[in-house]
Amino acid sequence: MFWPVPMYLPLLVSAVLALGAPWAGRRMPPRAGAWAMVCAAVVAAGTWVTELAILAFTAVGQVPLVAAQGPWSVSVLAAEDPVSRMVAAVCAGVVLALIVSLTVASWRRGRALVDAWRECRHIAAGGDLAVVDDPVPAAFAVLGLPGRVVVSSGMLRLLAGPEQGALLAHERAHLRHRHHLFSLVLHLMAALNPLLRPVERAGAFAVERWADEEAGAAVADRPLVARAIARAALASSRARQAALAATGGPVPQRVQALLAPPVRRRGGVMAAFAVLMAACCVSLAVTAHDRERLFEAAMHAHAVGAQLPTR
Amino acid sequence: MTGGKDGRGEGGRRARGELESEVLAALWAAGGPVTATVVQEQVPDAAYTTLLTILTRLCDKGLVTRQREGRSHVYAPVDDQAGHAAAGMHSLLEEGGDRAAVLARFVSELSVEDEQLLEQLLHGDSSV
Repeated sequence: MFWPVPMYLPLLVSAVLALGAPWAGRRMPPRAGAWAMVCAAVVAAGTWVTELAILAFTAVGQVPLVAAQGPWSVSVLAAEDPVSRMVAAVCAGVVLALIVSLTVASWRRGRALVDAWRECRHIAAGGDLAVVDDPVPAAFAVLGLPGRVVVSSGMLRLLAGPEQGALLAHERAHLRHRHHLFSLVLHLMAALNPLLRPVERAGAFAVERWADEEAGAAVADRPLVARAIARAALASSRARQAALAATGGPVPQRVQALLAPPVRRRGGVMAAFAVLMAACCVSLAVTAHDRERLFEAAMHAHAVGAQLPTR
Repeated sequence: MTGGKDGRGEGGRRARGELESEVLAALWAAGGPVTATVVQEQVPDAAYTTLLTILTRLCDKGLVTRQREGRSHVYAPVDDQAGHAAAGMHSLLEEGGDRAAVLARFVSELSVEDEQLLEQLLHGDSSV
């Protein structure tokens, strides 16, 4: 069976984008990298779902019940359709499964965000800081209006004065730049396309690096931030045996990046990334246009066919 | 989604809320009642009078207690939650999955190799 290549090209290009984006993201400055990962995830997931829907729709258009609603000729669609019924049916099934997956992921994440906010809203806060009297070193930022930085007293006793400043600056950067939304979008896009999981991880890492660099600028001392992170991580890993889900990007790489000179913006990487994003959008536009022409032909045939008996 | 919302002045002028957080952090880190002078050593870029204002505000909010000791006052943080806050925090952190993923945590878990690598990085940096 012969399928014209352009039909499936968007799926291929979006897969290349999904696999190539983490590579590009690691070579960008953190802020640019975080934005690039979110854009790549949205474009790749959007292309993937739209293309599947397009592939499925021609078959759906031939279902008698649907065809009766649309002013198009079923026989023309069936004759010209480059996609086999079988493939189209599979695509329709996948689209339904993805809608379910997206709904479940949104519900879970949304509930988790509300739970976290509810749990932390009662802790009395001075400024944006809520201190929990607990020997286990812990620190995190919770989304809210306004957001809060929650730190355990164990963590504060562990860090020297300037290191506390670095920790607060890091968490405030998360709140100020709405990093919770970045991770939410990345997570939902990965729920639509599992190929995007490495992009989600690369994005989470870029977001942590972004906050690290902001903290470095706030305290005007990047090695100080590196030390604060290393000491906090070593102490909290010693304090806890239970394995926790890791959400901050891998700690040693963050420390190494802060001890090294800042990453410069590289034109080549940016250009390659932009070309890949554009290719994704263009390939989708081309196949969408093809489909549109097919339906136009079917509508035209239908209109002509409808006029014939009246003459 | 806005990415460029940056309300910080570059001239070192910090929002009152941020200074308040730093004073509270310094009090917790001290581990016992301390005088305003000791707090100022930890938050050096705040004027002494500003510091006293902030400490008074923290007292009014019930986050800090003030006691007279000799000729000056000593300040200590208050934990009025009878462990509820700590229990809540642990339930958030230990659940894993989505509940842990929505917290923008400062540091993540370390593997054994990570720990060794970090030790090396810490000791390779002579200023520690």
